[in-house]
Amino acid sequence: MYRYDEFDRAFLQDRNREFRAQVTRRLAGELTEDEFKPLRLMNGLYLQLHAYMLRIAVPYGAMTSRQLRQLGYIARRWDKGFGHWTTRQNIQFNWIKLIDVPDILEALAEVDMHAIQTSGNCIRNVTSDPCAGAAADEIEDPRIWAEVLRQWSTNHPEFTYLPRKFKFAVTGALQDRAAIAFHDIGIRIVGGPNATKGFRIFVGGGQGRTPYVAQEMKAFLPQEDLLSYLEAMLRVYNLHGRRDNIYKARIKILVNAIGVGEYRRQVEEEWQRIRAEGADLPAEEIDRIRAHFVAPDLAARPLDAAAFAKARSEDAAFDRWVRRNVVAHKNPDHAIVSIAFKEPGRPPGDATADEMESVADAADRYSRSEVRVTYTQNLVLPHVARADLIDLYEDLKSAGLAGGNTDLITDIIACPGLDYCSLANARSIPIAQAITERFADPERAENIGELRLNISGCINACGHHHAGHIGILGVDKKGTEHYQITLGGSAADDASVGAILGPSFPAEELPAAIENIVDTYLDRRTGGESFLETYARVGANPFKEALYGTR
Amino acid sequence: MRNVITANRLEDGIVVYLGHTGDWTSDLAAARVVDSRHDLEALEKIAAAAVAACHVVGVYAMDVDLSSGKPMPKSVREKIRAAHRQTFKDLTEIEIR
Repeated sequence: MYRYDEFDRAFLQDRNREFRAQVTRRLAGELTEDEFKPLRLMNGLYLQLHAYMLRIAVPYGAMTSRQLRQLGYIARRWDKGFGHWTTRQNIQFNWIKLIDVPDILEALAEVDMHAIQTSGNCIRNVTSDPCAGAAADEIEDPRIWAEVLRQWSTNHPEFTYLPRKFKFAVTGALQDRAAIAFHDIGIRIVGGPNATKGFRIFVGGGQGRTPYVAQEMKAFLPQEDLLSYLEAMLRVYNLHGRRDNIYKARIKILVNAIGVGEYRRQVEEEWQRIRAEGADLPAEEIDRIRAHFVAPDLAARPLDAAAFAKARSEDAAFDRWVRRNVVAHKNPDHAIVSIAFKEPGRPPGDATADEMESVADAADRYSRSEVRVTYTQNLVLPHVARADLIDLYEDLKSAGLAGGNTDLITDIIACPGLDYCSLANARSIPIAQAITERFADPERAENIGELRLNISGCINACGHHHAGHIGILGVDKKGTEHYQITLGGSAADDASVGAILGPSFPAEELPAAIENIVDTYLDRRTGGESFLETYARVGANPFKEALYGTR
Repeated sequence: MRNVITANRLEDGIVVYLGHTGDWTSDLAAARVVDSRHDLEALEKIAAAAVAACHVVGVYAMDVDLSSGKPMPKSVREKIRAAHRQTFKDLTEIEIR
């Protein structure tokens, strides 16, 4: 894990002192709301439907147990006892008081955390693979480069007032678990000539009202050129991005308006001009950052295979949890374990203070005190000895967090929706609760197989509905909440934008409509076909007929 | 058209409504309801003063229905705001099945 140095800590202390003074001035009437709003947003503080919402950055989704415990403390002391994991691997607290924010930011700084770059038209908190540093299919730990980007982008004077927000994702594995195709810039670590490593760069992906899958920008960029090349990409965007129209201001619009070829030409021209100016990090600085991410020394922990097999055969829920939530680690004695915050009926991604503390305890006991947040709104313990899986499962069961439904239909991504968000048109959370309760039978959910169902409460798509195998978008239809269904989206290596199936449904009809879609899939699938494979083979028509008949 | 004035309280962001005596209350039932443009403008002046005095932020007028004898929001959004509901522990409030 990266550890803050004195510079990082001094910067945060200065920043928090500055914001404390700004809050004091606001409360005293020395700043109007118009003056204060951009200042609070730069510190992650939004005003939502019910209260202020504080969005806290979890850089590339990686936390220590100490940090997670502190989030639990914040939830209990200053919120209503729970927080919400976001689809940007962050956490939001939904009932924060303005007068408490300076103290909360101080509590965060105590554990080297903050709420910077979680709002505004800047480079947002970089996301990455939640299995980074542990995955069996990893080429290189992407956190090294995500940390390079974090240090480069924080308070970058040129890129603090971009035309619009800007999102990076970095993956270092063969399988994309960071949804890089739906980011402004997606970075994939790849092997190059002579055993070198470099980056495959993608640009112009994103969701929102105009969804695009990112296009390849550069097939291979040497690692030492990363920052100068990205600087050239950002500069061309900063120059030509549409500041006159918020709906056309993202880089995806620019890239698709002028074409990726022309955008690339301009970037290459700018890059050739600036690369000699020394924007890239010296090798020793990269090595300094790399040294923070050396793989932990995981002692050999042979598994008692017979006892493990017996436990699996005697407990179907444990067996399912192992199948669904435990994946291969680069050290064969170890495993990466998902902790699902998606028990049927619970709001997706919500976590109580008690649960945060339970996971922090489990991380200390079983995972080198490391925890990750996923963009699917779950947590991951990256370094668990297989010999500890039974004990870990029992601990998680006691905490109510032993659901074995990772990537199944009940593992729904949902934005906060109209229950919290001032942008939303419709509620997401009750819809997710109703659908998960309908598919609560774990055997049935597993029989359906991998099925990503994503829900957004408005077209801004924080719930990634465009990338759902089944996507649900909340819309306002004459003052009532309606929901539009899309099929065929994916955020994985086969990234695609889902297609709208037909007219929207009122909330009370939606769970049955989803069940109808699932039943249609089960009727049509052959062999071990996944939902997406069946959809690709049979197309949308059988699903349209099932839902709308001759309507 | 019947209206009340709503806002968020500056210091904690809680949803509030302008009451009968120029006070701000989190209870919609205690809000002052007006049914004329003239009366609404009078409330808006009081609200603007409260914004200037840093009591509230984000002021606007919202439609209400009085058929039950007390003001009820017309839109889902305002029903959610008026309920001050939270999703995690208020599972009994789920209306969708």
